[in-house]
Amino acid sequence: MLFRTPLYLAHQKLGAKLVDFGGWEMPLHYGSQIAEHHSVRRQCGMFDVSHMTIVDVFGSGARAYLHYLLANDVDKLSGDRQALYSLMLNEAGGVIDDLMVYVIDKGFRLVLNCTTRVKDLAWMEAQAGGFDVSVSERSDMAMLAIQGPEAIAKVQTVLRGHQSEDDSLLIAQLPRFGGVVLDQWHYARTGYTGEDGLEVILPANQAEAFWWQLHEAGVAPAGLGARDTLRLEAGLNLYGHEMDEQTSPLEANLAWTIAWQPEDRNFVGRAAVARQRERGVPDKLVGVLMTERGVLRAQQSIYCEGIESPDAQTGTEIGIVTSGSFSPTLGYSVGLARIAVSAGDKAEVEIRGKRKAVRFVAPGFVRNGKITIN
Amino acid sequence: MVETPADLKYAETHEWLRQDADDVITIGITDYAQESLGDVVYVELPEVGDQLSAQDEAGAVESVKAASDIYAPVSGEVIAINEELEDEPGTINESPYGDGWFFKMRMSDPSEIDSLLSAEQYITTTEEEEEG
Repeated sequence: MLFRTPLYLAHQKLGAKLVDFGGWEMPLHYGSQIAEHHSVRRQCGMFDVSHMTIVDVFGSGARAYLHYLLANDVDKLSGDRQALYSLMLNEAGGVIDDLMVYVIDKGFRLVLNCTTRVKDLAWMEAQAGGFDVSVSERSDMAMLAIQGPEAIAKVQTVLRGHQSEDDSLLIAQLPRFGGVVLDQWHYARTGYTGEDGLEVILPANQAEAFWWQLHEAGVAPAGLGARDTLRLEAGLNLYGHEMDEQTSPLEANLAWTIAWQPEDRNFVGRAAVARQRERGVPDKLVGVLMTERGVLRAQQSIYCEGIESPDAQTGTEIGIVTSGSFSPTLGYSVGLARIAVSAGDKAEVEIRGKRKAVRFVAPGFVRNGKITIN
Repeated sequence: MVETPADLKYAETHEWLRQDADDVITIGITDYAQESLGDVVYVELPEVGDQLSAQDEAGAVESVKAASDIYAPVSGEVIAINEELEDEPGTINESPYGDGWFFKMRMSDPSEIDSLLSAEQYITTTEEEEEG
């Protein structure tokens, strides 16, 4: 039995191809994944992300608890910044999950992955022991991501039916990483596509009406397939691919998410990652381009250029593709790869027994509709 | 609704086969296969002149989501390939049984066709796949 979101019937009506994603029956696409991808880059698309795990943290110890639980520092949340990306590490410095933390009235809201839900909730419960804090999952809430250059304008037209004129203007003018909760509807100017847009967390029983209003306003439904190619083009990590409990955040291009200041903030995994930082790590995460025909896929091996008969034993294998796909915006394949720190900027990937040339670049290929490859 | 024309033969690996002449056949992938793969972005075809045995790897098809090998359903020589697929791989999604054909073969043993599936049998295997 798979979980279904409050939008399941809407997906069915729209002819979605539904697949099992982490135990949830979710839309992969509604006809063409590539068309949905382009809609988000050029106009506007909407994703049902109600499968994400939403957890509210309240209590007098909430801030102290999150200081300890998260590698990023919730004290950065103030003024315009109401949303923060953070890792949740284990004692060894491995990544239990990556998440967004938002400010809400008298507390904080965390949005975590669905595939890691059970272990996340158990971990958060276990760490809560010494704090005056309540940690509660909000399975009564749904979540929509409306993304693309026209997203804010489209949402604003729909919101006029839900919010006052002043409030809908407030939402439209939210700064990047800003957020606001109005009458149980939580709006944040965040996303996972590399485009402008909003994520809206709202009562589950109101989600379907909102979805159809957006649909009527011309927002294209987009599935998890497009969500993956969009995040990949934006160079954003996906848990289980670029990050896991065995991989240091320093080898996942995530050093920027670790708040080392203040020095006396003790968070889970701090000592381990500090040691890794001091000693250095063997690998790094980079972007990969392959302009030859073919498609990069996770787990493909990467080898030094021009060396025949690769042999991992002799060190000619320099890394592995962690995520790969066809980039609809670029018209060729891109990916993310974990490679030796010492690797140059060119290498070869092996696809069905054949070597193809690849080039390494900084992660991130497309932002706000524009190609950003350096 | 997925189409499975009754006048074609099918392989369990989702290729279809049309008998153009006594010993000449056209091969492609089924509507069910293209629908499962989603948007096709890249095709690897055999070369004209390749000698293939039944079940040999003859090429590959890649969608945004997945890669899948293409197998020769029968033995023989490749006599034509659909080069237009290299520039327009999406044709496979639009017309899997028409303009989206992959290659043609001259069969070395036309009786091999008898071991392939009828449309009805193929539909049964895809239904089992869905349930599995």
